[in-house]
Amino acid sequence: MNYNHSAPFIEMHDVTYFYPGAEKPALDKVNFIPDKGKVGLIGPNGSGKTTLFHIIMGLLKPDNGQLLFKGQPLAHEKDFRQLRREVGLLFQDADDQLFSPTVLEDVAFGPLNLGISPAMARKAACQTLAKLGLSDLVERITHQLSGGEKKLVSLATILVMEPKLLLLDEPTNNLDSSTRMKLIEILAGLKLSCIIISHDWDFLAATTAEIYAMENGLLIRSGKSSLHNHFHVHSHGGYPHEHGG
Amino acid sequence: MTFENFSQGNSILHKMDSRIKIISAVALAAALSVCHDYISPGIGLLLGVIMILTARLRFREVFWRLLLVNGFIALLWVTLSLTYPGDSLFSFGPLRLSKPGIELAALITLKSNAIVLFFIALLATSTVADLGHALEAIGTPRKFCLLLLFSYRYIFVISQEYLRLNRAAKLRGFRPTTNLHTYRTYGHLFGMTLVRSWNRAGRVRQAMTLRGFHGRFYSLNVNKAGLNDLLFLMFTVIIVLGFVFIEFK
Ligand SMILES: Nc1ncnc2c1ncn2[C@@H]1O[C@H](COP(=O)(O)OP(=O)(O)OP(=O)(O)O)[C@@H](O)[C@H]1O
Ligand SMILES: [Mg+2]
Repeated sequence: MNYNHSAPFIEMHDVTYFYPGAEKPALDKVNFIPDKGKVGLIGPNGSGKTTLFHIIMGLLKPDNGQLLFKGQPLAHEKDFRQLRREVGLLFQDADDQLFSPTVLEDVAFGPLNLGISPAMARKAACQTLAKLGLSDLVERITHQLSGGEKKLVSLATILVMEPKLLLLDEPTNNLDSSTRMKLIEILAGLKLSCIIISHDWDFLAATTAEIYAMENGLLIRSGKSSLHNHFHVHSHGGYPHEHGG
Repeated sequence: MTFENFSQGNSILHKMDSRIKIISAVALAAALSVCHDYISPGIGLLLGVIMILTARLRFREVFWRLLLVNGFIALLWVTLSLTYPGDSLFSFGPLRLSKPGIELAALITLKSNAIVLFFIALLATSTVADLGHALEAIGTPRKFCLLLLFSYRYIFVISQEYLRLNRAAKLRGFRPTTNLHTYRTYGHLFGMTLVRSWNRAGRVRQAMTLRGFHGRFYSLNVNKAGLNDLLFLMFTVIIVLGFVFIEFK
């Protein structure tokens, strides 16, 4: 495959997706070319944010439209396999992501699948956990971790694969303020591009440079400042959307 | 729910290679379960007690486990002694205590206690994760090992999901009695738990695919049997041969 390294990492052109049996599309002709660096994605429940991530990762196949990875169309499972080496997805529910008995085994799972030797995988896992300040958790049993610990460990399971782009689905859900601060610090320290879904405006403001909004399957690019004003006008319960004009 | 009460510790048995422990426990249990006289089960019981002492397990918890097993065995004593054909030891009106029935019950008691002690001392001193990997290493079908590991990982999540649903029903005034509404509600609770587990299985599968899973689990631990393990394996072989010898002498 001839990847064009100057092309955008991910491009979505007019992507439409219907869940089986649904009358309304979950994604409606979405055009999305995320900037390099960290961008946020905000929008009400059910607006299609998670669906968008699953389309990018190839977990769902668009009914219409085109998806490009480094300038090349993604068609077969093989293309997605390459994409998945370079794009990591943090699931909304950490329990879905941590399935190995111990933390170390879980973090080492990805590297082992890539064919790295057990000794090297163990080393990579320990290094990643150390980088996130989680060295204490190495030998712990995954299902006994607290919710916040689970979240951070699942982030480690993704980062250990050294992705170039990170998709985070509501990473601050159910985190207390100190774990949330820790996550903000970790993300600020990462040199890779991220797309972050969140309902947590302050979190997005602290971590991202650009914010997109979704509503009813439509994606709207919004300047951060206009969204910000809007958000504070509607402070509670309102979600940002573009004003007419 | 608690599991793995015995898996933490640093006795010789805790440190032993799980493959050797599985093989030994299965071999000893199989040899004991087929023998006919009291000598081997007697020796087995003694051996089991020694192993438990070696593993330095909390005595109370071992005792409770044994009590549970022997609760079932008590039922056998009642049924076998009253119904087994053969000489009677004692009769009182229509009641008759069968001598072979009592002998059989005693044999079963000895055997089961010995076997349970083996399993506690040898298998419960490993984590479920280790056992899963060890089973795979000694040639158990991979699907079976995956089933074991995943059941273990998600049984907590599923039980919590069930308890959450159950609590939600309670908070809305649901009180189980014996009527159709109760049965229907429990049906919904179980059904919902099943659907959620199914959906979760799908998401876990996706998470695994995204991290490059393609049907094979690679283990981090390289099992290496040491001198202790080999000695223990030899010890097991000798004991099993001894049981066979006693059986056929
Ligand atoms: N597996 C599914 N089957 C059918 N419909 C689905 C499925 N998953 C999501 N949907 C529907 O698709 C739409 C978009 O869902 P999606 O999960 O992408 O929303 P979201 O923006 O991530 O919401 P939230 O903020 O609640 O996570 C919703 O209307 C939802 O009901
Ligand atoms: Mg979502």
